[in-house]
Amino acid sequence: MTQPTLSASPALPGSLAAIQEDFLALGVKDRLQLLLEFSQGLPDLPARYAEHPELLEPVPECQSPISVFVEVDGDHVRFFASAPPGAPTSRGFAAILAEGLDGLTTAEVLAIPADFPHTLGLDEAVTPLRLRGMDALLARAQRQVRERRAA
Amino acid sequence: MSVETDTTTAKFTEYAHPERLVSTQWLADHLGAAGLVVVESDEDVLLYETGHIPGAVKIDWHLDLNDPEIRDYLDGEGFARLLGSRGISRDTTVVIYGDKNNWWAAYALWVFSLFGHTDVRLLDGGRDRWIAEGRPITTVAPEPTAAEYPAVERDDATIRAFRDDVLAHLGNPLVDIRSPQEYTGERVSMPDYPEEGALRGGHIPTARNVPWARAVAEDGTFRPREELEAIYGAGGLGLGSDPVITYCRIGERSSHTWFVLTHLLGLADVRNYDGSWTEWGNAVRVPIVKGAEPGAVPHARSAAAV
Repeated sequence: MTQPTLSASPALPGSLAAIQEDFLALGVKDRLQLLLEFSQGLPDLPARYAEHPELLEPVPECQSPISVFVEVDGDHVRFFASAPPGAPTSRGFAAILAEGLDGLTTAEVLAIPADFPHTLGLDEAVTPLRLRGMDALLARAQRQVRERRAA
Repeated sequence: MSVETDTTTAKFTEYAHPERLVSTQWLADHLGAAGLVVVESDEDVLLYETGHIPGAVKIDWHLDLNDPEIRDYLDGEGFARLLGSRGISRDTTVVIYGDKNNWWAAYALWVFSLFGHTDVRLLDGGRDRWIAEGRPITTVAPEPTAAEYPAVERDDATIRAFRDDVLAHLGNPLVDIRSPQEYTGERVSMPDYPEEGALRGGHIPTARNVPWARAVAEDGTFRPREELEAIYGAGGLGLGSDPVITYCRIGERSSHTWFVLTHLLGLADVRNYDGSWTEWGNAVRVPIVKGAEPGAVPHARSAAAV
């Protein structure tokens, strides 16, 4: 069995690399704390989505009801998510992507490795099973980018 | 030293083992009592950090109760270390509560019971009810004084069933507490939940489907005994003196039903199959049934199983 490497990967866009660096600089317990801080910072949905929840795509792989929507403006990506306050882990995952994906180009978003969620050192802190929710968030964001770019 | 039981809640007195439940009011009145430790056990690993009952310690089912290497629970020494670090000794009264109507709290209680911890109770209504009633929560992490907990050997025979036990049990009552879609095989994980990698959908032959949430009222508390009897006893599944096995996907929701059958209805022989569908749905040479009917005992198998 090979262990996932926990060293920063050079292919990541700067925003995600910075988040990764922040997580990896901490001990396991503090990573959980940082995830909690992310969850508290998940931006509220702008009114155009808050009033139209049907526009958001549900992510059933997360263990709590969470929905995402990706906008492509020119070639730049924005990521929106909604998750209940009672689901801080899912909110934290969404907030990492909201911060990390915001403003990237579509090509940059599509180039994010699918295993990015597992390179934050969170497997030990929240377990791989729970991290699958973040895999799903990323996969859906990338699929939406592909669809919007093709449209 | 055991803390007095909750005798103030009329509903509890109807149950077979009323000492296994406490009300939110009882807990509010006893917070800080000597010999009482409150444990929060949630599905969401960060929920405790967002605010918990003052003084409550956290036990996470993934990170604390599971063995990291083997699909199994802690051994006796690991359990002793865990409980000692939370300030729990063998004679401590433990009250467990959690999110999602106490699924994970019931699961933790079941694991405590594998180690024969005598006095472990659930908070009726769980975390949501405590918060809905406007009772205090805090983000202040308690610093429990480490306690001595003995290394007790886990008893895997009395309330836990393994795959071969289930094969040998076919023909006796089996309760599948998953959603109807998981039971019929339409899907392999519960609605809105992640796939956990079962190869086939369906249920264990002869199992009958009673989704766990039927045991819970709208406010998240357990239904009164009479209603539970109508679901699981005469007029419902007809469970009585025959041994029963409950299962779900990974054994957590079925712990909740195990709690109901064992402690609220007082059935004498109920085991929880924690391998559940993630094992059964992937195992070689075990029979499954698809569709809404329980199906029959595959005769060749039941004899060969033991």
